Amino acid sequence: MTVKDAGHAPRTAARARAREHDRKADSTELIQLLTPEGERVENPDYPLAVSADEVKALYRDLVIVRRIDFEAIALQRQGELGIWASLLGQEAAQVGSGRALGPNDMAFPTYREHGVAWCRGLDPAKLLELYRGVSHGGWDPAEHNFHLYTIVIGSQTLHATGYAMGIQRDGAVGGDDGEAVIAYFGDGATSQGDVNEAFIWASVNNAPVVFFCQNNQWAISEPLERQSRTPLYMRANGFGFPGVRVDGNDVLACLAVTRKALQAARDGQGPTLIEAFTYRMGAHTTTDDPTRYRLSAELEAWKLKDPIERVKQYLIRSGQADMQFFDDIEAEATEVGGRVRKACLEMPDPAPTSMFDNVLTTETPQLASERADFAAYLDSFVAEEAVR
Amino acid sequence: MTTLTLSKALNEGLRKALENNPKALIMGEDVGKLGGVFRVTDGLQKDFGEARVVDTPLAESGIIGTAIGLALRGYRPICEIQFDGFVFPAFDQITTQLAKMRYRSRGTLSLPVVVRIPFGGGIGAVEHHSESPEALFAHTPGLRIVSCGDPADAYTMIQQAAASDDPVMFFEPKRRYWDKAEVDVEGGLADALPLDSARVLVEGSDVTVLCYGPMVRTCAEVAVAASTDGRSVEVIDLRSLAPLDTATIFDSVRKTGRCVVVHEAVVSGGIGAEIAAQVTQECFYSLESPVLRVGAYTTPYPPSRLEEHYLPDLDRILDAVDRTFGY
Repeated sequence: MTVKDAGHAPRTAARARAREHDRKADSTELIQLLTPEGERVENPDYPLAVSADEVKALYRDLVIVRRIDFEAIALQRQGELGIWASLLGQEAAQVGSGRALGPNDMAFPTYREHGVAWCRGLDPAKLLELYRGVSHGGWDPAEHNFHLYTIVIGSQTLHATGYAMGIQRDGAVGGDDGEAVIAYFGDGATSQGDVNEAFIWASVNNAPVVFFCQNNQWAISEPLERQSRTPLYMRANGFGFPGVRVDGNDVLACLAVTRKALQAARDGQGPTLIEAFTYRMGAHTTTDDPTRYRLSAELEAWKLKDPIERVKQYLIRSGQADMQFFDDIEAEATEVGGRVRKACLEMPDPAPTSMFDNVLTTETPQLASERADFAAYLDSFVAEEAVR
Repeated sequence: MTTLTLSKALNEGLRKALENNPKALIMGEDVGKLGGVFRVTDGLQKDFGEARVVDTPLAESGIIGTAIGLALRGYRPICEIQFDGFVFPAFDQITTQLAKMRYRSRGTLSLPVVVRIPFGGGIGAVEHHSESPEALFAHTPGLRIVSCGDPADAYTMIQQAAASDDPVMFFEPKRRYWDKAEVDVEGGLADALPLDSARVLVEGSDVTVLCYGPMVRTCAEVAVAASTDGRSVEVIDLRSLAPLDTATIFDSVRKTGRCVVVHEAVVSGGIGAEIAAQVTQECFYSLESPVLRVGAYTTPYPPSRLEEHYLPDLDRILDAVDRTFGY
């Protein structure tokens, strides 16, 4: 037996934590530490000591990831990307949770987690490979503890849970060097069987995984009421672990809530469901037209809760940043945007025969023969050109 | 040499896999205390613990999905799907994730996951317990699809599957679980036939009969029966359905000039159809007759009182062998 005990004993801790949470939870509770107007508020369950520099660093993240997103949309409009899934409006949920992760924690994203990718130190140009169509996944997940984008809705929540079960078997729970996993998904995904199965697996195994649901209110054209009659975070109760709803447009609250959940996971207290209540301010993807299914008044109302503006107001009002700071961040964001654009335009198409690579560890005779036939077929055009 | 049932041979092979690699895990429904509904994992949880022989919740997508996550963490899960007809909740994870992760990651990620599935009919079971869905997976690039036909292969092939860095769908002929044969449990894997190779089971010169899984024993009986009619049948156990060992198949058909493919699965769109197409293309000038297929009819699996009519048997295969001489 080299594999350590899978950590079944602390299950009772998760249940106790869930019960404790139930007692406190008011069904409409929304954890908020920074109001839309930029006013700092306290929550006794989520104390957060942040320095001016830390808030400024979060502001920088928010502005830059929005700038990367704008650049990608522009590149799609100019025909340089096939499609793009915008994160507009969800910057705080992604940056807050992304910055809560420790270096050894593992993240399993959907295809929209560009802000989390930024926090994990991934070169944003890598994200564009998938959307430009030059690869299905442009990075090594181990380099940044950031798994490849998963496109099938909800599949990655099971991968995250299995990975967390591996952490348990490695004995990396409960000590000072505890590790945790975060699984990202959206409101639409909560209807998927895989997500519900992931909740069950995580619960009965007491796995160190945080389920981070960005409820952006819309699954393409379907509003939340098509997915659920109960607030999403409350579903956790039925699975036996705590659920919490956080203001997804409040980067400080997302940071504090995710930090606490990750620490609980690392300590062996099991999973948590976080519902980050936010809004998809843009289209589902660049192929989508939200004017067909939602009112512009709704968007206008959410613009007042913008995740970036409230941080700016807070920094200004509290005197923690001057105009020079904001100008510098804008300049840096423009520079990053330009770099992403340049990298996109310089991205070469893959070699045609590369489509035969990496199907299995060894190439089968059939595939080798198909590769050879295809190469000869391509060469026949070159030969034909030469004759002309 | 030890005499083992096919089920026990798998059990011994799994035990070896767990012993040989501390990262190997077994997971599935009822695989622990019960030892699996066919007892293939009998006694393993007792010896290797609950962390390595895992009784999972009753959800097949969850089994494969979490196995993928465990594999990403460096583990080597061997999953059991309890019956063939219950693999479909996991079809999504198998085809969209398990089969594609290596390709998606451009070779950066490996998913050494084995999916064991007892398959096929002949045991008088209710609906969903007698199916042969292997072609659905063979149509998906990125998976290795294999099936063992006897206890000796069961013992070595399950170990080879567990050692593979590619995902392997391992189809076990459930009606042969109780077949007994000599197994060399002392022998290592070094001398074993590679996992993706076919085996010439019976040498012959007049007609090639290709089969796998539960039909291997039946086709060996066909060779004996046909010899009394003066016909020399070469029987090949395909063992690997993806990739196919086409070199062995083509060599045999070029020699015999006739080919019959036998499987329990529905013939339409099946493994036999793929083989017939490839044999026709590669052995066209050697063929004395069209490639024939013997398999299930193109219906859902019927109630078990009808399965003896539905499944290929000695007589139907002999009939096909006869027909190859009528052209």
